[in-house]
Amino acid sequence: MRVLGNFDLAEEVVQDSLVAALETWPQQGVPERPGAWLMTAARRRAIDLLRRDRRYREKLALLERSPLTTDPAEVDERLRLIFTCCHPALAQEAQVALTLRAVAGFTTSEIAGAFLVAESTIAQRIVRAKRKIVGAGIPYRVPSGAELAERLDAVLSVLYLMFNEGYLSRGAQAALRRDLAEDALWLAGLVATLMPDQAEALGLAALMKLNVARSAARLDANGELVLLADQDRSLWDRSTIQEGIELLDRAGAMHAPGPYQIQAAIAATHAEAETWQDTDWHQIVVLYDALLRLTDTPVVRLNRAVALSQFAGPRIALGEVNDLALALSGYHLFHSTRAELLDQVGEPEQARLARLRALELCQNPAERSLLERKLRR
Amino acid sequence: MKYILMFAGTVDEQDQWDKLSKEELDEAYQRVGQWFETHSKSGKITSGAELQGPSTATTVRRKNGKVTLTDGPFIESKEVFGGFAIVEVKDLDEALDMAKSWPGGSMVEVRPLVDHTPS
Repeated sequence: MRVLGNFDLAEEVVQDSLVAALETWPQQGVPERPGAWLMTAARRRAIDLLRRDRRYREKLALLERSPLTTDPAEVDERLRLIFTCCHPALAQEAQVALTLRAVAGFTTSEIAGAFLVAESTIAQRIVRAKRKIVGAGIPYRVPSGAELAERLDAVLSVLYLMFNEGYLSRGAQAALRRDLAEDALWLAGLVATLMPDQAEALGLAALMKLNVARSAARLDANGELVLLADQDRSLWDRSTIQEGIELLDRAGAMHAPGPYQIQAAIAATHAEAETWQDTDWHQIVVLYDALLRLTDTPVVRLNRAVALSQFAGPRIALGEVNDLALALSGYHLFHSTRAELLDQVGEPEQARLARLRALELCQNPAERSLLERKLRR
Repeated sequence: MKYILMFAGTVDEQDQWDKLSKEELDEAYQRVGQWFETHSKSGKITSGAELQGPSTATTVRRKNGKVTLTDGPFIESKEVFGGFAIVEVKDLDEALDMAKSWPGGSMVEVRPLVDHTPS
């Protein structure tokens, strides 16, 4: 089966020179005849490698901000692969591992590192997923008609999960695993390019771009986390922000709102503000209200409360946050948000206790460090 | 590819089913019958059956050369297996589409059959 061929290929590629090429070309420059270089590097798998070659050239082109290929045959192939990797008959963790491997070219070890799971676990997960695809007859195609929206949802969920994992990892190893987030962004950009009439696909790509644009300002010289309120906005990448806003505008023109577009609009509202104080908080609260109508979750309510505190004052926001106590008692950001609000209403001792609770629940080293600094004040 | 669609539900659903009035039962069977008819006409269903309720089951177990009989199904859980259809379709998505439209109960397991035809 074609799919199996591609996945096996991904395993081969991991060991061979193409990955090395992708890593060295940005620094050493693309060789004069990259095709020939690659052909020489792996003669026996000529056709398969050409396919991989196009994919990596595509990725390289994106790195250099040149336009993606729009060759329909290739476009179709990429989409089929993504949709197959994200088939709902596979467990979501299998979808993520498979997509990272087969579409983004991650090694098993890189995937394991990204999710803080043993390499053997990832290897098994991928092998089982491939077996399920072949054994259960998961078709290698882009879903059509009525199923497309649902299936696209699954793809976007996987990419969103990847991005969040990379952008601010849950685990203890690295505050920001940029590669994972960058690859999620690349994949989201790819899906948006290949499905330009899907507003949420554009919305997700916009959301990721708008977040990534702030990367340079998120950590200070000591590698400490800098909150949005304190970030040096001159370090934000304005051209990436512009790209994000353009994607969002195109999505908006389709009049098919959705959660990713709304979250992107919130990020865009931040991006357009000169300072934290100048931010259009009312607009952000309105956007959160719209988001709640689509996905009413305690975390969304928590984020809305932060915006609300800027607009309506900390006391009102604290009231709303306290209402979420039962639902979010295990969530470190609940406690740290509550601590900020408690500080603002003049309850430093309660704020301290909340921060201690947050510290107990938090594993991310940059976030922990921030909490510790606040406790030492 | 051939798949079995195993129609299942919870013990509670089985209880509800057992308590249906004659009219309600007729209606339910009508919906199920319609489903079977639609998919048999398209040639997708090659065989199928409804099983009698779990209370009619007897399980034969063999262990260490000894055979024991117990009253009831082998599934020791809150799920009840109530029937099946064998389908022949192009791929999993087609089988899933059929399963999604099943009007009889809340769960359908879709599993491919082993192909024992000599190659």
